[in-house]
Amino acid sequence: MTDKLKLSLYRFDPEKDKRPYMSDYEIPYSSSGNMMVIDAIRKAQELDSTITFRRSCAQGVCGSDGVNMNGQNGLACITPVSKVMTVNRLEVRPLPGLPVIKDLIVDMKPFYDQYEKVKPFLDNDDEVKTGHERLQSPKDREKLDGLYECVLCACCSTSCPSFWWNPEKFVGPAALLQAYRFIADTRDKQKRMRLKKLNDAFSVYRCHGIMNCTSVCPKGLNPSKAINEIKKELRKTG
Amino acid sequence: MKLGNIEFSEQQFDVVIIGGGGSGLRASLEISKSGLNVAVVSKVFPTRSHTVAAQGGITCAIASADPNDDWRWHMFDTVKGSDYIGDQDAIEYMCSEGPETVFELEHMGLPFSRFENGRIYQRPFGGQSKEYGEGGQAARTCAAADRTGHALLHTLYQANLKTGTNFLNEWFAVDIIKNDSGLISGVSCFDMETGEISIIKCNAIVLATGGAGQVYEQNTTSLICTGDGLGMVLRKDLPLQDMEMWQFHPTGLYGNGSLMTEGCRGEGGYLINSEGKRFMPDYAPKAKDLASRDVVSRCIVQEILAGRGCGDKKDHVLLKIDHLGEEAITKKLPEIREISMTFANVDPIENPIPVVPTCHYMMGGIPTNVNGQVITQDNDGNDSIVNGLYSIGEAANVSVHGANRLGGNSLLDLVVFGRAAGKHINEELSETSSPEVSNTNIEESLETLIRIQETKNGENVFDLRSEMQNIMQNYFGVYRNEDLMKEGTKKLQDVKERSKNIHLRDKSNQFNSERVEVLEYLNLLDIANATAYSALERKESRGAHAREDFPDRDDENWLCHSLFFKNKNKVSKRAVNLKPKNVETFKPKPRIY
Repeated sequence: MTDKLKLSLYRFDPEKDKRPYMSDYEIPYSSSGNMMVIDAIRKAQELDSTITFRRSCAQGVCGSDGVNMNGQNGLACITPVSKVMTVNRLEVRPLPGLPVIKDLIVDMKPFYDQYEKVKPFLDNDDEVKTGHERLQSPKDREKLDGLYECVLCACCSTSCPSFWWNPEKFVGPAALLQAYRFIADTRDKQKRMRLKKLNDAFSVYRCHGIMNCTSVCPKGLNPSKAINEIKKELRKTG
Repeated sequence: MKLGNIEFSEQQFDVVIIGGGGSGLRASLEISKSGLNVAVVSKVFPTRSHTVAAQGGITCAIASADPNDDWRWHMFDTVKGSDYIGDQDAIEYMCSEGPETVFELEHMGLPFSRFENGRIYQRPFGGQSKEYGEGGQAARTCAAADRTGHALLHTLYQANLKTGTNFLNEWFAVDIIKNDSGLISGVSCFDMETGEISIIKCNAIVLATGGAGQVYEQNTTSLICTGDGLGMVLRKDLPLQDMEMWQFHPTGLYGNGSLMTEGCRGEGGYLINSEGKRFMPDYAPKAKDLASRDVVSRCIVQEILAGRGCGDKKDHVLLKIDHLGEEAITKKLPEIREISMTFANVDPIENPIPVVPTCHYMMGGIPTNVNGQVITQDNDGNDSIVNGLYSIGEAANVSVHGANRLGGNSLLDLVVFGRAAGKHINEELSETSSPEVSNTNIEESLETLIRIQETKNGENVFDLRSEMQNIMQNYFGVYRNEDLMKEGTKKLQDVKERSKNIHLRDKSNQFNSERVEVLEYLNLLDIANATAYSALERKESRGAHAREDFPDRDDENWLCHSLFFKNKNKVSKRAVNLKPKNVETFKPKPRIY
């Protein structure tokens, strides 16, 4: 059945708008189809080419198009309109908690800064034989499942009240997930240093187990669990 | 700085890499380790690059699944897969250097899946054999579940954070600058966030801008795959090579285009038609569903043309993996299951996945040698190196894929030649200098940008782009013939003519996405045009280029590359390298799977 979707988009052009506003667009919509939110936004863009948002792969692996849809964070490209709309109406806003640059585009710098802070790279200066990989048992490798798949979309961190309040001091769920990805990697040699750097009142302990991160993660990952694992490790090391 | 009405800033680096995907990041890593000042200019944050979407793995003879595996067997498969127009010196280099580059990735932390003995997991992929085609199916594709591209790209980005590479993220590169002495001396670009124009002077440029799958309506590629580097090269009247060669992946998700990795068939999945029959053994008795991609795609089209397609429109086939069982699917193909459930409402644990051949990879590109140095052809038909200009990855045509790429060879191509170009630049640029760039050079490089900023009315980019994509889809698809392609070329010329009158409606500076889309479209249009003329010229069937009017391979006339120049739409020929350094030439043979 062909119908209309009322798509309400958050608009803000820093070059001319004093304050943001919501703007409505009528998009042809069929309830029998499988229209994703990104498709609806792109349709609106054809009507008004000034609408701006980030996108790349359009299949949920690049993490560009994290937005807030009827109150819930997610990736526009893998969220069916039917799943988030209410009575043919859908409101799309930028991810909350980060400064808006234009329309649906937020300044990701505070998010990336936290990511870099956890030194998200394998640290192991041990000599390795050239011509060989390091060995890792499937069991040890399994410890990385649910950690390495993060697409850095920021849906989790921007749904976290602790991150809203302390975006500079609280590392946030996405970067903590990455921190744990390296703590858990048996090939990494800096576990103690990594834990030491997180051992203050803010970095990890601002997490109060609200678990918004886990409920919104579009990749089905569980940052909350990773944070608990870090807390456990911190208790062990004192 | 100011030039007429244009304001711009100036920056300087020793090396500028355009593109932050797998090849660009591998090159930048090599260069930043050497101490040269290198910047990566990327129109997206690097981990959003299309490399992230690669699923199945990176093919390489690391001898893990089979301790007796040999890179020469991999080389044989790749030469055969290329239908013999892959350059054998380049394929030799890739296959022999491959293991070391894969181990390096592991050392950087790439979370490869593992075998029980702790070594890297390898799975079978299409076109793979042991003992030069005589020893049966090989398992040579190293994998991190079905997210190998994601794991590889994130690992490389992380490694670059460690070495302190400079990143200009969300910057759009417009054009290469050649100064009055003909030297590569910089690149014009703008910061997408502010709209600020910048001229970056440098001693070497690496074009790592990826493929251009967006020229086709149905494609598996990211929206950012618009071949920007190829557009730049054409505007400098440098050639593109083998642009008729586009890979149609046999298993794009029907109706959506998302890739369903060849790993599905590698793990034991197979294709069935509307009668529920597994049809590949009829066409390729030995390799069956793991025949080369061009072969499988043509077989699917033939099944559909014979009326054995599935669905109401009988226009696709089904990929069956449910018999692998829930555990294997959730462990080895989790992303496939997710994509299939999201976009096709099919849980592959229960039901087969609807698939159709979909544009997936650009075998053609910017011709280079094994160091990644860009090559052009002089008036006498001889190769000549363009000093200071490099290209790597899908943008480049080195050429290791020839007329058909084997699965898993693209990720290997990225890291092997990204590393090779980096090493070569490190050696060549022992002394760096501040290149001269004149005002005319700068104006020239900003011409398009200024032109679109001043339009008052005209054609809109969304309409033009969808018309172009539609023409390419219908006239330059899996099967081709002279009449069809001539008609397509005519239609394309019409769109090209109208595109001269393209109108940028949004004139704002900050995050003006329409401006980016216009510039990307103009690059795509030039690439579509290159494909049309190259495809008309190659009067034979080879690899992905299947002509109904010339159904056979013609080694006498066409065992060579095609070179396309934008000026006068000229297509010329270039010899294929048949002289590997350390092994004997693999002589052209009929390709049977």
